[in-house]
Amino acid sequence: MTSFDAIVIGGGHNGLAAATRLAKGGRKVLLLEAAKEPGGAMRGREFFPGFRSAGLAHLVNRLDAEVARDIGLDLAGSETLLPTTVLDGSQNTVTLRGAYGESIEGVSAGEAAAFAAMRKKLIFQAGILKRFLRRPPPQIGAISLGDLSTIAAAGFGLIRKGRSEGRDFLRMLLMNVADVADEYLADDRLKGLAAFDATLGIHLGPRSPTSLLGLYYRLSGDVAGRTGGQFVPVGGMASLAPAFVRAAEKAGVTIRCSAPVGRILADRGRTSGVVMQDGTEITAPVVVSAIHPQTTFLHLVDPAESGTGFIRAVKNVRSHGNVAKLDLALDRIPHFEGLPTDARDGRIVLVRSMEQVETAFNPAKYGEFSPDPVMEMTLPSLADPTLAPAGGCTLSALVQYAPYRLKAGWEGGKPAFLKVVLETLERHAPGIGKSIVAASLMTPVDIEAEYNLPGGHWHHGELQADQLLVNRPTSAASGYRTPIEGLYLASAGAHPGGGISGLPGWNAARHILSGATA
Amino acid sequence: MNAPSKAATDLRRAARDHIRTPRLETPFHDRLMALSEVNDWYDWAGYKAPHSLSDGELEYFAIRSTAALFDISPMVKYRITGPDAERYLNRLTLRDVRKLGVDRVQYTAWCDDHGHVLDDGTLFRLGEQDFRLCCQERHLPWLIDSAFGFSVDIREETDDIAGLALQGPTSYAVLRDSGFDGVERLKPFDIATFPHDGGDVTISRTGFTGDLGYELFVPNAKALSLWDRLWHAGKVHAIRAVGYGALNQARIEAGFIVANVDFITAEGALRADRVRMPDEIGLDWLVDPDKPNFNGRRAILDARRNQNLKHILVGLEIEGNIPAEHAIVYHRQKHEAGLVTAAIWSPTAKRNIAIASLERPYGSKFTDDLWVEIYALRELKYHKLMKRAKIVPRPFVKLARRTATPPGLR
Repeated sequence: MTSFDAIVIGGGHNGLAAATRLAKGGRKVLLLEAAKEPGGAMRGREFFPGFRSAGLAHLVNRLDAEVARDIGLDLAGSETLLPTTVLDGSQNTVTLRGAYGESIEGVSAGEAAAFAAMRKKLIFQAGILKRFLRRPPPQIGAISLGDLSTIAAAGFGLIRKGRSEGRDFLRMLLMNVADVADEYLADDRLKGLAAFDATLGIHLGPRSPTSLLGLYYRLSGDVAGRTGGQFVPVGGMASLAPAFVRAAEKAGVTIRCSAPVGRILADRGRTSGVVMQDGTEITAPVVVSAIHPQTTFLHLVDPAESGTGFIRAVKNVRSHGNVAKLDLALDRIPHFEGLPTDARDGRIVLVRSMEQVETAFNPAKYGEFSPDPVMEMTLPSLADPTLAPAGGCTLSALVQYAPYRLKAGWEGGKPAFLKVVLETLERHAPGIGKSIVAASLMTPVDIEAEYNLPGGHWHHGELQADQLLVNRPTSAASGYRTPIEGLYLASAGAHPGGGISGLPGWNAARHILSGATA
Repeated sequence: MNAPSKAATDLRRAARDHIRTPRLETPFHDRLMALSEVNDWYDWAGYKAPHSLSDGELEYFAIRSTAALFDISPMVKYRITGPDAERYLNRLTLRDVRKLGVDRVQYTAWCDDHGHVLDDGTLFRLGEQDFRLCCQERHLPWLIDSAFGFSVDIREETDDIAGLALQGPTSYAVLRDSGFDGVERLKPFDIATFPHDGGDVTISRTGFTGDLGYELFVPNAKALSLWDRLWHAGKVHAIRAVGYGALNQARIEAGFIVANVDFITAEGALRADRVRMPDEIGLDWLVDPDKPNFNGRRAILDARRNQNLKHILVGLEIEGNIPAEHAIVYHRQKHEAGLVTAAIWSPTAKRNIAIASLERPYGSKFTDDLWVEIYALRELKYHKLMKRAKIVPRPFVKLARRTATPPGLR
């Protein structure tokens, strides 16, 4: 029987990135994926005969260039950044072009300048935080030289532009996005967009304290070196997972699918491998868990192997999704009123104002869905015609807010919410309802089931101030190593967080290869 | 805002009747009250408990010379049952519970994730899947959170089970004459059940005195009949009810520590440096690195390997006869080395003894030239005494009758 140096659990982009990096570092790596094929949340599915969805994500906006280069990701298309169009229901459309609105159409020159000023400020500040993305968070009590140099560089970066920039950074860091947007902007649509982008996938409204962090997180992502950019790879989003898989296979990773892990072996604080659900035991000195931290420690590792305090902390990780994923099968390309034809392949955001986002959030606090939701969408079959039959079209939308724990239950709630979502679409694209061949709405509960994603939360845990950096997913397991020696975390639940960046997995692998013990 | 109606107020008052009795009374209270000559009570975990009933000295000598009856009902008691009870407790506590047989008792302790002691106590194995954990502090949230992933049922039974400690050289004679046939077969840390008043009484050969002694547990309803049964049979064996003052003397002689007296429990400590690892309070012998993982294991073993244990608990013998309670310990009369946590003049050892917490390397590397500074208040004036102290092994008093089986009658 072949023996392995490392077992990676979970074949999502982070698992694949971790496995590839480890293999390139000379380790013999086995990757175990529970589903029939790898890809995790990038895994496509046929949601109606002839119509496919490319997975949970419909855009790439933070794939780390260094990760992509390092693991040898063969992916084209990042040179073409896609626009974002805000539709507020009137014909007055705002379109942001380039990387997060380098140029902007549909607003006055004054407002465009105001947006540029805000964009510049936020990108500068996000740049400070960005320094921490590519390395394990500093370990309190064991700060390394590398940590000090990162902190020093961040500090220097801050004061390099003068004291007032430093002050402004500390002032704004934990603010809410609504107040920041109010400081800079007058246009409701732009404020609405900032509010939407800051809160998408996070259980916060724009007026909730610290909601600006979500926007910083987005603006800490680059595409081809351009901050805040977004693209769809050549061949569509469905080409993403195969690219990661190819890179892993090329690096020598053994990938086994339909291979659900039953247990992570651990004895007196040390792991020695895994036991598959079918009972097969596979041993390895290193186990990398690129799945949700809660699944890892509450289900796969015997709780007796963890401390009570640690189990408490892991159980307390907030990880209830708030976003529903809609896939529509259409018999023609929909016509959104006011959407420029050359922005059709980009991101379309349906939001009227910041108030709308805030009001949409209110019911979510009490376990109800938004009766007037906000959403972003793309038309994936435009980039990848294989997703729909000839003449047809697919629409992919992320709709919020749709709380995981719906008070009334999603069984009855889902048809009601779908109706609300379709009515919203109908208002922006009259006639779209008649062109619908099939609609597939995945609530967070469905997302949980489809992608083995506890809580249906694509970040594997709320991306909020108390669950970031040294506290991601929880202090005793931050920095990729865990209280179980040899067991590492490498999913979005680890630093820095979710989104298709490859960073948590890649960072984890680099940490393992460095031989660091802390 | 509307004022609540009178009826609502009355209802609320009735529902919080407990505020009328801020200190609870144990099931033995009527008997204790009848015997109390000095009305000297203290608060033990919310219960009214006697510090002394008549004369502390006579009570102490009842423990060491005849038979002493001490009400341990306020002791916090948890019942842990279920198929995973052994595995659960093995993860919770420091010792190997797999080695604890049915009808046996284990002195043990448990820690948080950082290896800091949450409490010490005794674990009674009443059945294959049935345990009772007795301790000083309350831990229900910790115990319940520890149960994640285990099939166990955890119930606090402090208020349901009455307990008596019967300690002293004639304690076996009292039990024999009370009609508990077979109790002589109990070896130290053994448990057996005996019929009592239409139910059962659980008797273990355990105690907190370092003497021959037993602990008896019954449901509250049978408490008074048990007291009367022992009291009646005990008369000829000079049985005496005792308070905590006497027990405290005996436990210091036996070298036992008390949570939140000789060390601060991890959940009780307000200051970050007051928490203690087992090795810092003399409980290193409880830690079993070979058994399956348990709370605090990694932290304790790391601290041992990295040699960053900060404190040590020692027994001291101090010259003179003035108890050195809470005295500061010095090295070479000038460097502060620690604090005495408990001290008495031992009537049995005829020595001035103390338990002290020292800051390493004092007590570990520097064990000589230790002194304690005693402030003896004499008619509104402190006599400052610098007395030589010597580290001595605990227990200070070791009695052959504690372990002799069958036990002696006097």
